[in-house]
This record gives sequence, C-alpha cells and structure tokens, in this order.
Amino acid sequence: MVKLKHIAKACKSKNAGPFHITLDIMFDKPALFEQVRETGVINAALIAQLYGVAETDILFTEYAPALAWKATLPRRIASGAVGDTDVYGAQQHAPLLDIEIPLDIAA
Amino acid sequence: MTRKSVRMMSASGILGYGFPEASLQAALALKPDMIGVDGGSSDPGPHYLGSGKTLNSRLAMKRDLGLLLRGAIANGIPMMVGTCGGAGGTPHLAACADIIREVAAEHGLHFKMALIEAEQEQGFLLEQLEAGRIKPLGNAPELRAADLKDAVRVVGMMGPEPYLAALQAGAQVILGGRGTDPAPWAALAMHHGLPPAPAWYAGKILECACNAAIPKKHDCLMVTVGEDYVETEPLNPELRCTPLSVAVQALHENASPIIRYEPGGVVDSSDCRIEALTDRRVRITGMRWTERPYTIKLEGARQAGYSAIAIAATRDPGLIGQLDTFMDFVRESTATKVKALGIATEDYQLVLRLYGRDGVMGAWEPHPDDAPTEVAIIAEVVARTQDIANAALSLARVTLLHSDFPGRMCREGNMAFPFSPSDIERGAIYEFMLQHVIEIDDPLRMFPIRYEDV
Repeated sequence: MVKLKHIAKACKSKNAGPFHITLDIMFDKPALFEQVRETGVINAALIAQLYGVAETDILFTEYAPALAWKATLPRRIASGAVGDTDVYGAQQHAPLLDIEIPLDIAA
Repeated sequence: MTRKSVRMMSASGILGYGFPEASLQAALALKPDMIGVDGGSSDPGPHYLGSGKTLNSRLAMKRDLGLLLRGAIANGIPMMVGTCGGAGGTPHLAACADIIREVAAEHGLHFKMALIEAEQEQGFLLEQLEAGRIKPLGNAPELRAADLKDAVRVVGMMGPEPYLAALQAGAQVILGGRGTDPAPWAALAMHHGLPPAPAWYAGKILECACNAAIPKKHDCLMVTVGEDYVETEPLNPELRCTPLSVAVQALHENASPIIRYEPGGVVDSSDCRIEALTDRRVRITGMRWTERPYTIKLEGARQAGYSAIAIAATRDPGLIGQLDTFMDFVRESTATKVKALGIATEDYQLVLRLYGRDGVMGAWEPHPDDAPTEVAIIAEVVARTQDIANAALSLARVTLLHSDFPGRMCREGNMAFPFSPSDIERGAIYEFMLQHVIEIDDPLRMFPIRYEDV
C-alpha cells in the first residue's frame, strides 16, 4: 500500500462555478498513472465516500491526456454564502492525500 | 499545406494580477493579431457582483490596461478585455472604461472603443421567465419571479458574438461585461474566418494565460490558431508549455475536462492530440465543436444581510477538550441575551467557525476529533441590519470570553483576542443565486454595444 500523496504529482480542489467543487488527481509519469489506473481504486464511489455525497451527484472523469482524474461535486454551501468556509474551494483536497493505493512502491 | 492562422496573446489570468512588461514586448515583436486579458471570475465570491466593486484595485488595473492599450494602439491591433472589473456588471465595465479614457488622455491615444453591457434588466428577465425561456442547470431549482425580484444584480455570460460584432464595426478597443472566459479570443479567431472548434479551444487555453505553462506564474501566453490546430508557447523564456501543462489548463475550473458547454454549442476535447513541437511549444489537434440551441448562462447576486465578525482563540486544553458542548452553550446563552435586546430570532444568525478543528472543511473534515494545541474561532453574525449584527456579535464575543465550563482553570477569561476593537463590521454581504440559462435565438440581444471615439 502507498498513500496517494506519496506518488501523485498533484491533488487539488477548486471551484467549478459558485455551486460546485472540482477535485483533480494528477500524475506526471505515464507508467505510474497506468499502474494506478489498473488498481481501479480511484473512482466515483471512493470520492462519494470520502466527501459524504451521493455517487450520483458526482461527475467523474478519467482524463488520460493529463494523466488525471477529475471529480466534480456540489459544494456544501455555495461560494461565499453564509456559513461557507472556502470561497475559492481551494482547500478541500486533504481527504485525497491519504487514499491508499494497493501498489508496492516505496514512498 | 499553407493555411490561414492568427496569433493572439493573453496578458494574465485576471486583469490587475500583473505581468512582466518584457513578455508583452516579446509578444508585440511577434506581430500578434490581438492582445487581450480576461478580467473576471466568479471565484472570488459574490461580493463583487453584489456590491458593484471591482475585484482588483484601480491602480493594478490601470497598470495592466495602460501597457496593453499603448501596445495595441502602437501596433494597430485590437485590444480586448473580457468580464471587466471582476464581475462584469455595469459599474465594473464603467470602472474599466474610465481607466481606458484616462490612459488615452495621458498618452494622447485615439481609437474607436466598444463597450458591451452584460447586466440584465429585471423586466426583461421576468418576461423571459414568464415565457418559459429560463431553465435550471443540473439539479438547480426552478426559478421563481420572487427570486428575480430579490436579486441586486444579474449578468448574462456573453458568447463571442458581441465581440465579433464590435470587431466588424471597426472597434479597436473592446471592453466586455460578463462573458464566458474564452469569448474575446474565440471572437478574434472567428473574425478571421477560423472555425469554432480551434477558436474556442484557443480561447480556453488563453483565458488563464500562463496557467497553461510551467512553472506556474502570472505571465503572458501566445497562441497560434489555424483551421484545425492550436499551438501555444509562453513569451517568458523561463516558462514552458508541455503537453501535460496544457492538459492541466483543460482541467482548470471546469466540471469536465473533455466537454465544455458554451453559448451555442459544446467544445469536445475527447479526441484531442496534444504534442510537444519543441521543449516549450505545444500543438493541439482534434478538438470538435457541436452546435446546440443557443443559451446564455445567468449569474446573479442577492443581499444576504449585514455581517460583523470577531476573531478569538483558545490555548486552554480543558476547553479544547469540550469545544462542542462549550459552543452549544455559547449559542444558547448568546441567544438569550440577544432576545433581551428585543431582537427577533429570525433577524440574525450566529455562525462559529473553529479553525484548528474543522474551520476549513466543516462537515467534510475527515479528522474532526484530532486534538489541536490551539483553536481559533471566527464568530460571525449575519443580520437584517448592521446594528443588529453589531449588537448580537458583541454579546457573542462576551459570551465566548466569560462562559464557564467544567474544570475551568483560566478564571479571568477563556479567549485570546488578537485585536482591539475585536469586532469588525463587514457591511452588506451577498450570495450567488442563479444556476440557470436563458434560451435566446439572438446572441446579441442581451448585450448592447455602445461605441465611443476616444
């Protein structure tokens, strides 16, 4: 097992409009991306579980040209609305960092 | 095969973020067909659309606009700005137009300017709603007339057509209100007869300038568009575009990296090929454009009330061990004191954000139970008036400071306040309120263009 934060190039979050947050997991080595892809661990169900949202509310895309996965989900609270904590949606990525990938790779 | 192509520059991610002057000069030396910059985003939140204030300072916008305007006029090419002033409403557009006039006067420049309005009148929107032409996106609720009447400002996100019309009318400087980010560049490419697919793709790469390059910084980007390709290369020799960096921009702030909905169609990148031509120049081919019925996305803001905040922090392990029950007590006790002032419960709301615990992620926080050494609390009251917000916040602050809890050792007060005064008025606050599109046949109808000889 290896944590995603030890092998990915980027795990990030950002608004996709005022009502959605988009999460990007990116690699920079095609062979490693392919290995992770083959494990099948990164999918909409995992994102749904990590963020406590319904899988049907997630738009999940595997984007091989960028060696990336993208998941877009509804924000808890619209950007800047009363009670919001992250107007740009730029700090919602932490749950991605500890995703366990079943690969035998030294961190 | 020799084919027509155009070269376009984008100065930076948002007007007022700054860019190196040397990069602009390098761009101008390459004889581009236009230079432009995107001026806005919904990312900084609803305040700017709601209040009419600009996102970046006048000084920062004037520095960027001044350099771009002088460069464009000296080279006889168009200069275009999308979503002026951050939110692209009437006051935002006026603020940018004012800067342009000032720079022109200071440097003795003369040109034809087009100002494209994007702010929408309530009467028009109500009429469209009545006619059933305003539709919710995704899971958004149906729009009601009452929602529109609540709005303080609504803008439509224009496509490239108004820019195209202004170019055809001979305008050299074109300032736009709210638009889809790629609009100015897509318009310029279409003006030169290039097809929509590469024109839109180029616009999307350009809207955030050197976000499509590495290392990431605010800098100028040059793109060449042909009949069936887009090529991109940064102007600063320290930066590079690589297939990966260009693909990253495709992910940027989009719900999907392969399907992008725009007014009048969809840009589909599923079959794009992204190849390195050199170690810093990239060529993209295979993008597609599929026409769909014409729609304009709406953005709106309504006032959510008036806000006041106070920042406090605790370093007390005893209190940190029982934050939830303590905060419940603070809420309850504050409510009692506020009621005693004759303030109705529905006229205010107390929001407590606990930094060091789950202040950033709230309910999404995966480790809310990790014990921190210290916790900062931002207490906020949002109320019907500023006076109510101030009064309720003052009581919440005192209650945070002086409430008891089991095992309390710090008998003089349980909070560290870093500032005096501790309470900060935030004034009127706003909320985004529309996730809707308007079905409209004429891409120009919502975006009147005014021409001005400067």
